[in-house]
Amino acid sequence: MRHLLTTRGLDRDAAIGILDVAEDMADVSTREVKKLPALRGKTVVNLFYEDSTRTRISFEAAAKRLSADVINFSAKGSSVSKGESLKDTAQTLAAMGADAVVMRHPASGAPHTLAGSGWIDAGIVNAGDGTHEHPTQALLDAFTMRKRRHGEASRGRGLDGLRVTIVGDVLHSRVARSNVWLLNTLGAEVTLVAPPTLLPVDLTGWPATIGYDLDAAVDEKPDVMMMLRIQQERMHAAFFPNAREYTRRWGLSQERLGRLGTGNIVMHPGPMNRGLEISAAAADSPSSTVREQVASGVSVRMAVLYLLLSGDREAN
Amino acid sequence: MARTVLQQADIARALTRISHEILESNRGSDDLVLLGIPTRGVPIAERIGANIRRIDQDADTRLVGSLDTTMYRDDLARNPTRAPGRTSVPRSIDGATVVLVDDVLFSGRTIRAALDALNDLGRPRAVRLAVLVDRGHRELPIRADFVGKNLPSAFDERINVRLSELDGEDAVTIESPAEDGER
Repeated sequence: MRHLLTTRGLDRDAAIGILDVAEDMADVSTREVKKLPALRGKTVVNLFYEDSTRTRISFEAAAKRLSADVINFSAKGSSVSKGESLKDTAQTLAAMGADAVVMRHPASGAPHTLAGSGWIDAGIVNAGDGTHEHPTQALLDAFTMRKRRHGEASRGRGLDGLRVTIVGDVLHSRVARSNVWLLNTLGAEVTLVAPPTLLPVDLTGWPATIGYDLDAAVDEKPDVMMMLRIQQERMHAAFFPNAREYTRRWGLSQERLGRLGTGNIVMHPGPMNRGLEISAAAADSPSSTVREQVASGVSVRMAVLYLLLSGDREAN
Repeated sequence: MARTVLQQADIARALTRISHEILESNRGSDDLVLLGIPTRGVPIAERIGANIRRIDQDADTRLVGSLDTTMYRDDLARNPTRAPGRTSVPRSIDGATVVLVDDVLFSGRTIRAALDALNDLGRPRAVRLAVLVDRGHRELPIRADFVGKNLPSAFDERINVRLSELDGEDAVTIESPAEDGER
């Protein structure tokens, strides 16, 4: 693997390969010495042009557990605020000998630009670009679902026949996009449920069923209910009348959680707006995988960094 | 042309002898852990484990595990990316006698990586090494304690260990590259 930019171009074998390596990495997290020497001497730069807590610390923990050196860069408080271009920043990082760049950027496609630019030779991992993709989030979601579904026997399997319903702000969600492509590749059936204003205008080519009514979706009893965050920072128009109305129609309330039944799982990529798209009862219920998702995140990112950075770059 | 050097019965006899030797040197099966190194060390470790349980009925059932060395290799950056194998340790190795089990002992680098990997898992009282074939050409100061067969070989020859669990038959063959092409 040279870069990880999208889940759209990832084939089934490659995706299952990443998830299987992540299983081995998860085993490491249970040991007393939670460290592997695989990436000793490699440098991973976290290049974050947008705020993030869990993705950045998750990548940092992943790189450190593989013994790589980590440099954290956030646009705030850097020369970017003095107007430095992406090109100059990239060339600076290249001159410092970065082997991988984990990039988050508010502009969709920024990691693609960096990967195809020739400014830097490092492997690029997309850690969220605008409203485009967030591939490691989709991989960790798939990993979490596979673990809940198949437990110890997860290795080598896809998510065939799993019914996943993704609810909420699909329009602004890179998590939803990456999940739709990856889940489809792994054989799951995806349904998107959202207010019409929060769905992209053109959904042709999306391998998903579209719905507008959460109550109908809940009564279908999907295996997985994934709630998306309402991204207020990206909303520059009125997409729904007010928060209370959104919660009433598209929020996962305690009552809807009860109708879902046991054995079905509730996911949220975080950070959660408790009381808006997800009720506290749903977020803290045994069905909720919110914390498992965070733990899976480290394992999956270790797998991605390992597959990206170990081995002869020319031979790959 | 591949030449067969060990057949099914030879392999079975060698593993039975190794099982007895392990029990003898450990004075029984107390605190014994066998860790096979993927891929072919794992079924060999399982066979030795089954032998030991046959010989010593009181042996702990948590005797056999596997130890992946991929992440600890010193040639990770020189070869194409390899998928790691599985590590599963049946019980705590602190204070135990760990016997590493592999199919072929060659340069000794895999065993060095295995020793590093063990270090991160705990502190065994002693570490021993059992191999089905020792073909020589060591690059590190490492030797095996229990050897199925010493097989002097040329550096560019290939030793293939085939096991029924993975390959459908038991055999050890030796292949020399000069004869290979028949040019």
